[in-house]
Amino acid sequence: MKFMLMMHAPRGTGEYGVNAWSPDDFKAHIAFMQKLNRDLTSAGELVGAEGLASPGEAKIVRSGKNGQPAVSDGPFAESKEFLAGYWIVEVDRPERAYQIAARASSAPGPGGTPLVIPIEVRQVMSAPPPADA
Amino acid sequence: MSAGTPETPLVTNVEHLLRDLAPQVLAAVARRYEDFAAAEDAVQEALIAAAAQWNSDGIPANPRGWLYHVALRRLTDHLRSELARRRREEAVASELIAEWAFVPPSDVEVPANSDDTLALLFMCCHPALTPVSAIALTLRAVGGLTTAQIANALLVPEATMAQRISRAKQSIKSSGIAFSLPTESERSERLSAVLQVLYLIFNEGYASSIGSDLHRADLSNEAIRLTRMLRELLPAEPEVSGLLALMLLTDARRAARADADGALIPLDEQDRSLWNRDLIAEGAALLSRTLSSDSVGPYQVQAAIAALHDEASSVQDTDWPQIRALYGVLRGISDNPMVALNQAVAAAMVEGPAAGLEQLAALDGDARIAGHYRLDAVRGHLFELAGNRERAVAHFRAAAERTANMAERNYLLTKAARVAAEGR
Repeated sequence: MKFMLMMHAPRGTGEYGVNAWSPDDFKAHIAFMQKLNRDLTSAGELVGAEGLASPGEAKIVRSGKNGQPAVSDGPFAESKEFLAGYWIVEVDRPERAYQIAARASSAPGPGGTPLVIPIEVRQVMSAPPPADA
Repeated sequence: MSAGTPETPLVTNVEHLLRDLAPQVLAAVARRYEDFAAAEDAVQEALIAAAAQWNSDGIPANPRGWLYHVALRRLTDHLRSELARRRREEAVASELIAEWAFVPPSDVEVPANSDDTLALLFMCCHPALTPVSAIALTLRAVGGLTTAQIANALLVPEATMAQRISRAKQSIKSSGIAFSLPTESERSERLSAVLQVLYLIFNEGYASSIGSDLHRADLSNEAIRLTRMLRELLPAEPEVSGLLALMLLTDARRAARADADGALIPLDEQDRSLWNRDLIAEGAALLSRTLSSDSVGPYQVQAAIAALHDEASSVQDTDWPQIRALYGVLRGISDNPMVALNQAVAAAMVEGPAAGLEQLAALDGDARIAGHYRLDAVRGHLFELAGNRERAVAHFRAAAERTANMAERNYLLTKAARVAAEGR
């Protein structure tokens, strides 16, 4: 079964205020995330993982007149969090996905203290069986 | 395919041979059978069959003939089933079948016609195709890579890549792009399209060949291999040699570009003892032979700049006045704001950061680059050089906000943190 693990970052402090971190703290954080991805890859559990660019350039798009894109700045200004990145993992049971999420959540912040990032875990729906099956 | 260690050979001898033979066999099949798309599919099937069989049974005595034979047999099968669906055209069908029933034996001599390979490359890099289509088609038809390998290298799902390739082949058909060498009048434009596609493939691999992403690094090698092949076909074209030199002189620094964790290391902080001296020597020799020719094109100039960096023992020892002059030559060839950006860096190295910052000011009015993260990144470096930490940090952060490259963002944030920490 597949799960999507979504990492949310608080808005306004620039991803847990990384701007205020020391260079070593920041390096340790990156190394932690890279090790996680390597481990998931070698375990054969990683389907995909992407980090998203900063939300400053994000747009909200709707279908406008004649199907033309109507583009506005987004995400909504009032939202307190934004999606910073995600993993899709293939695991045998949900508990394993929770374990991976907990590990990601423990990524180190300033002074090596775990950030305890909230990770939203959602099962990815499988394709419906073929109609003539 | 497992991630593997850098020592693990990613391609076996069989694969090397297949990739060399792929364009020759495809050209021969496409000559015989006019439907390029079908010919290309048949050759791809033959390559996949060969990869499986040759690895277990050994390479046949006449590998080119074997591939030609198997591809034609696949094509004949394909044609038969096509025609079976159109029974009404019985007469035409039997006539075609009669002509096609003859598949030469696998020991047939298939000449390697270099003009055919060249025509194939010109077709796959036709300016009517979008760059992504041209890249995918070139890697498959000329490079002999499988759809799965290309998908893997370009980080898209295999089904998406298969569709991209088939749409590229449809565009070739609908645009009436001929399988032939370009005419004299269109030759230079078509050649620069080919060089651009090869350079894009190289950069696709190089820009992301950091950390454990070995598959992507392989794309740079593939681009170098194809450019070497092109140079053998067109030894007198200075820009082909210039592009090959540029690739070799850039690729020489690959091992020094990232640390063990995959973090980006900029040129001025690289351990130059890790640079590949053989590649530098080969690139520089190639370039010096090329520069003596009359026409100097953009790839040769960029290669000359890369060579000046490669041959310097440190940033301080680099011949910055010469580099600045060469960026000036490049700007004379084409008006590109990225070149102006690099020229400003060179100016800063020659005359100090204030001169560089002054040149950058002009770029704020250029819509093509104003607001681009690289403008902020360069400003960050120049303010750092000038000792203005506060503004340096602000520009590094602004650049980090806007880049879409993870390694670059991490580098810029680390840089901002480091400069900020120095000021505390």
